[in-house]
Amino acid sequence: MAITIRTIRIITIMTMTMLDDFLIRAGLAAIGLSLATGPLGAFVVWRRMAYFGDATSHAAILGVALALATDLPVGVGTLVVALAMAVTVASLAARGWAMDTTLGVLAHSALAFGLVAVSFIHGVRTDLSAYLFGDILAVTRVELGLVWLGSLAVLALLAWRWQALLTATLSEDLAHAAGIKPERERLVLVLALALVVAVALKVVGALLIAAMLIIPAATARGLSRTPEAMAALATLAGAIAGIGGLGLSLWQDTPTGPSIVVVAALMFAVGSGWRRT
Amino acid sequence: MSLLSAEHVCVRYGDVEVLHDISLSVAPGEIVTILGPNGSGKSTLLRALLGIVPVAEGRMLRQAGLRIGYVPQKLAVERTMPITVRRFLSLPVRVSDRSAKEALVRVGMEGLDDQELSDLSGGQLQRVLLARALLDQPGLLMLDEPTQGLDQPGEASFYRLIEEVRRDTGAAVLMVSHDLHVVMAASDRVICLNGHICCEGTPRVVSTAPEYRALFGLGTQGALALYRHEHDHDHADGHHHQDHPHHHHHDHDHA
Repeated sequence: MAITIRTIRIITIMTMTMLDDFLIRAGLAAIGLSLATGPLGAFVVWRRMAYFGDATSHAAILGVALALATDLPVGVGTLVVALAMAVTVASLAARGWAMDTTLGVLAHSALAFGLVAVSFIHGVRTDLSAYLFGDILAVTRVELGLVWLGSLAVLALLAWRWQALLTATLSEDLAHAAGIKPERERLVLVLALALVVAVALKVVGALLIAAMLIIPAATARGLSRTPEAMAALATLAGAIAGIGGLGLSLWQDTPTGPSIVVVAALMFAVGSGWRRT
Repeated sequence: MSLLSAEHVCVRYGDVEVLHDISLSVAPGEIVTILGPNGSGKSTLLRALLGIVPVAEGRMLRQAGLRIGYVPQKLAVERTMPITVRRFLSLPVRVSDRSAKEALVRVGMEGLDDQELSDLSGGQLQRVLLARALLDQPGLLMLDEPTQGLDQPGEASFYRLIEEVRRDTGAAVLMVSHDLHVVMAASDRVICLNGHICCEGTPRVVSTAPEYRALFGLGTQGALALYRHEHDHDHADGHHHQDHPHHHHHDHDHA
């Protein structure tokens, strides 16, 4: 008994010490994020929601501005605005709007309004790049906890609705006939997307969240034969890109968020080249 | 006792009434085809009966505990989505390997388990969709233009398969079609639709009805004549279509 308690105490101390290292925290944040972006990214690719991801993540900048103006936590601001944007887009889509145009208008307007709004708030201008490109090296313990909490919540949500989501993605009619409501499953994805945006803002930044959803999933496509395999491989590819990007960033002193996406893109290129031979 | 019936059903899209005063019923074990030109509302009718499209007026009755197997008009499988035939059969309800295998054997697609859905030909995909619909052991199969995009031999063999399934499982079949001759051969009853029910009855009765001729024009006569000819020929070869609904008619033709 005493030994167990001591062991736990030692492990706890070791963990805490480990978490003191900003690199470990950054690595864990990247891995945590990819747990959510892997499976969700697969759905974004299957349902051709790439632009949808853009609109939602660009809206996050507007969320940052609102949060700073109202002294709310930034995470709350981004979550609320991302969710509002995602729901708006989803309901416009359901009404049959021309999606590429609508999303183009909404995505870039949200970003522009956000950037302009942030410029009105004093003392933020210098920090803006942290929200646009992420600041994974500055992730605190609390933020790391939030990344994992958010990602696990998204993962649990997707796992719970998995069969219904896949059916609705393949064919809304088949889903309907089986008693599944496609609109509800769409809402599940919208909610998951907003959560991921809030969580990923710190890691890769608003401009590159969509890249982390799409590129690892696209990389995984050629190597998988089932949806589950693709989701798992996308998670793995995302985690590798995260760690690799951190390494690249340290080695060449490059911005970390973009470095992660660069590694992801290189993996995609290698993957598709390898498949062709 | 009917499996499924509609009473005075109307369906509207906005102000446009696409289906007007539809009453029909499907009895156990019978093959009913809804026939109509493009835009006649036949897919809408099937979707309304399935509960996908809301009904503005009228009511629909289903036998308690009726299981319906649905084969949609088409399944556009995104190339970006990897999914094998086996995995597809487990959507949305996971099924055992044994039932999956049985269903594939039933539709003549055994050994296709590991094929990706997006690599299948149109005919193969239709059969896999049928296999999936059969997994639940349905009392009623509903098929929306199941042979669209198939060539004539493919079409004929698909309808033969439907008849086999009906014979072996006793499931009733309600399907929608715009192609005339093969459907005529495979149905017990035909419902001719053009926003409302124009005429209804056995294939022979419908094909001679003035409403039907008005709807489909004279072009169909050739096709029907062709079909009859083929069938007579078939018959002369000594094939016995024991379950064929037209058997008796053709006996009379010969006599």
